Amino acid sequence: MNTAFYIASAVAVFATAKVVTHTNPVHALLYFIVSLLAVALIFFCLGAQLAALFEVIIYAGAIMVLFVFMIMMLNLGTDTALREAQLFSPGIWIGPSVLSGLLLFELAVLFIQGEPQSASNAAMVSPKDVALSLFNTYFLGVELASMLLLAALVGGFHLGKRDQAEELPGEVK
Amino acid sequence: MALGGILTVAANLIWLERRLLALWQDRYGPNRVGPFGLFQTIADAIKMFLKEDWIPPFADKAVFVLAPCIINATALLSFAVIPFAPGVQVMDLGAGLLFLLAMSSLGVYSVTLAGWASNNKYALLGGLRASAQMLSYEVYMSLSLMGVVLMAGSLNLSEIVKAQEGMWFCIPQCVGMALFFIAGIAETHRLPFDLPEAEAELVAGFHSEYSSMKFGMFFIGEYIGITLISALTALLYFGGWSGPLFGLSENLAPFVQFGWFALKTFILIGFFILLRASMPRPRYDQLIEFGWKAMLPLSLLNLLVTGAVVLALE
Repeated sequence: MNTAFYIASAVAVFATAKVVTHTNPVHALLYFIVSLLAVALIFFCLGAQLAALFEVIIYAGAIMVLFVFMIMMLNLGTDTALREAQLFSPGIWIGPSVLSGLLLFELAVLFIQGEPQSASNAAMVSPKDVALSLFNTYFLGVELASMLLLAALVGGFHLGKRDQAEELPGEVK
Repeated sequence: MALGGILTVAANLIWLERRLLALWQDRYGPNRVGPFGLFQTIADAIKMFLKEDWIPPFADKAVFVLAPCIINATALLSFAVIPFAPGVQVMDLGAGLLFLLAMSSLGVYSVTLAGWASNNKYALLGGLRASAQMLSYEVYMSLSLMGVVLMAGSLNLSEIVKAQEGMWFCIPQCVGMALFFIAGIAETHRLPFDLPEAEAELVAGFHSEYSSMKFGMFFIGEYIGITLISALTALLYFGGWSGPLFGLSENLAPFVQFGWFALKTFILIGFFILLRASMPRPRYDQLIEFGWKAMLPLSLLNLLVTGAVVLALE
């Protein structure tokens, strides 16, 4: 399990770096999907089977498809790749990388100071456990999230609703 | 062994489909190569392997090659959690049903990326249609399955089959079954929902630019998908491997149980083919409208009523 964990982490880090540095948007998205799948594998190694599967179903399988869908519609060509390539001039990336380097340093210090925990001794969490804690301990959170989703649904419906006045010509009622 | 078996079944389904279609349309179909034309598929495969494998110069090469691999990989991986008989399966995953949904949601990339990588207007339109169609029908597919999960109280496929010992779920979950099957047809983009590759308007849709065995992989992938949806319907709604054992001993029982499972799967595949022979293709907006205005409310209602009944019986 530990080897699988380290391989998956290496893939995740490499793929995420590629997402940032790739100039072709669709290729970058594909790397992002690989990174999400690697993270799902990490969850699986840690015993969170359900989280791993939801990561694949929701992030990799639904949200990223929408991203790919949008980029396909925009039909970005070589111009975008060139413009993206210009973004990699040192003046643009040095500032953010220094800041994130600081954060990385902090994280490394925290890891070295803290007790290292092995991934393999984590217990498997079954779907039933997740459901029980979701609908008992975190019931309020679930309700709030569902309300937020309802608001988003109503908003989406309002935005997508066509005005009676601007009916398309030739449309049969 | 399972992998080889599934690939052989999927390849021979092409022959079965052509013969059955011919039967329903009052013709003979392929009947010349070998007994009953059984070797037609082999002849077709050899022909396909020998054709020129051409990647158009304007295509995105890496993604173009990747796309047909995805559909086969995800469809074949799904079979890892299918129990063919008690204990006969590759891995017994606790959340097996979710694994299947995850694989089917990753399968969307195959058609979407094929359409984009071909860099061709028809292919792109096919890819766009495919991604919208598969994304929306995936929602109803998982929602309609939840009725079964509620009744069985488990996401494990073997447990679901065991829960059907008293009564097959096709009776209490008849609405859920119909919804699941319709969504399954849309997920495998088979006729009447084959709009991503509607040949009358889009040439061949997302695989217009594919030739030789890359096209063959899309073709086989579609039939693996049909086998998968049929096997799933048999497992979830028709009791999977359960059936009379004719008083056989313990050692022989798994073979008979596998036989029952295969029989149920093949009857459902036959139904898939009958739908192709008899149904006209809807317009694209009709397909999406039917999805969001009929399938979604019905699957939610099915879930609600099932939940209420399960709660009341407890």
